[in-house]
Amino acid sequence: MDIFLQQVINGLVQGSIYALVALGYTMVYGIIELVNFAHGEVVMVGALVSLSVIERLVSRGYTGWPLIVISVLVAIPTCIALGLGIERVAYRPLRRAPRLAPLISAIGVSIALQQIAALIWGRNYLHYPDILPKTQYLIGGAVISQVQVVILLSAAVLMAALWVLVQRTRLGRAMRATAQNPAVAGLMGVDVNRIIATTFVVGSALAAVAGTLIGAYYQVGNHTMGFLLGLKAFTAAVLGGIGSLGGAMAGGLLLGVIENLGAGYMGKLTDGAVGSNYSDVFAFLMLVLVLIFRPSGLLGERGVEKV
Amino acid sequence: MSALLRATGVGKRFGGLSALGEVSFSIPQGAIYGLIGPNGAGKTTFFNLLTGIYTPDEGGFEFDGAPLPGAPHAVCARGIARTFQNIRLFASMTALENVMVGRHVRTRAGLFSAIFRPGSERAEERAIRARALELLDFVGIAHRAQEVSRHLSYGDQRRLEVARALATEPRLLALDEPAAGMNSTETAALGVLLQKIRAKGVTILLIEHDVKLVMGLCDRVAVLEYGRLIAEGPPEQVQHDPRVIEAYLGAEAGA
Repeated sequence: MDIFLQQVINGLVQGSIYALVALGYTMVYGIIELVNFAHGEVVMVGALVSLSVIERLVSRGYTGWPLIVISVLVAIPTCIALGLGIERVAYRPLRRAPRLAPLISAIGVSIALQQIAALIWGRNYLHYPDILPKTQYLIGGAVISQVQVVILLSAAVLMAALWVLVQRTRLGRAMRATAQNPAVAGLMGVDVNRIIATTFVVGSALAAVAGTLIGAYYQVGNHTMGFLLGLKAFTAAVLGGIGSLGGAMAGGLLLGVIENLGAGYMGKLTDGAVGSNYSDVFAFLMLVLVLIFRPSGLLGERGVEKV
Repeated sequence: MSALLRATGVGKRFGGLSALGEVSFSIPQGAIYGLIGPNGAGKTTFFNLLTGIYTPDEGGFEFDGAPLPGAPHAVCARGIARTFQNIRLFASMTALENVMVGRHVRTRAGLFSAIFRPGSERAEERAIRARALELLDFVGIAHRAQEVSRHLSYGDQRRLEVARALATEPRLLALDEPAAGMNSTETAALGVLLQKIRAKGVTILLIEHDVKLVMGLCDRVAVLEYGRLIAEGPPEQVQHDPRVIEAYLGAEAGA
């Protein structure tokens, strides 16, 4: 078995989930320069809502990918409503406040959502029922499961769709204009509040899909799952250059691959002293290194299209 | 001619300082109307009040017989568009995209139609693009359409701002020192462009330092000094008003 290729595959799968979540961070940052720390919790809610739907319907005979599709169709509107609510209640009133205020508000929302989720779903780890086929495919000495293929494909399709939305549509143009200069965009007839809300809608929908995919992949979830995931996705966004869509995508994939390669080889390199359980360290080591050597991120140079 | 815009007792204070007070005048439909005055007289403050960036502390505006809404995008939707003293384009978007943003307020497609009705979204997008190209052609920079706007020459950037403002289909076009930094040839060309815009039925409100341009172009002129209206009327009358001469040239010249 080709360990290197295997780790790269695993890394791309994990990284494409990071990328979907990182896009939510980077879009919101691009448009209102706020690090939406509650975004990881929106992913968590997406994952747990999907889980609830799956549990409810699996006993009625639904199973397989159709059930995942149904669950994501419930999770998306739930997360959109949540994202819109967060923007309206916690961020919009602070639009003109000093930048620290909305940041603290975001952390507050994050904690509140975790606790509300604990009340709804309890504090234990929840396990997903086995509903997906365990089919595996061999490619060049490595194994890729059907779930992994679906994750890669759906992330790729969503990212391409987002790219088209931002670069080629009236709405995307208004988003880019608002990101560059909200005051002027308003004077040119763009309803800036509406555009900001739409940005939260898009980011939350991606978060819902990411949450569902995470549930399907790891088959476990609980009310704190959004915290580390959010931090990693934020790292990916910074890695790629926060505010840049391409940066979030590239940063997510890169982070996933680095983490998995690190986890795969760390034990060998250190003769077992440091094992794969240190994989999280790589994410944050990357963050520190990027912040030191390239604070604007890999693609975060001036002039990159931000949203 | 009926009044398109009526300012009634408009006033604005910043802290204790009165930036603008008791400013009242009317802009007739179809006019080129000049707003002049020395630096710091409150001209740009007036524009910011008119376009909804600031809210007046006193008085207000009536546009086409009804009060103006508060939010900038709503003011734009009612038919007032502006340019800026310091050019404010969307710097990393192309010239064409800048004008296409101006079409936003007159078009509809959103997230829903982008996802569920891609056909109608694409048709509208084509119409937006065609109209934006027409406007670039109208201001004379169609050949620069695909250029990133910050790479355009200064004069072309000014023209692009006008095209972007026209894309919102304004009934009143407010221009904040459009001739600033232009040489006399460019200024003359700007005068021609403004006449062309007026000929299309757009009323123009012009802040300008170039007195020659204002006097040659405007049907009426209002003069601000220290936030107060000191004269209003046809250019030749205002030009000979002793208070205006004093404001512009100092007390000795007026005496």
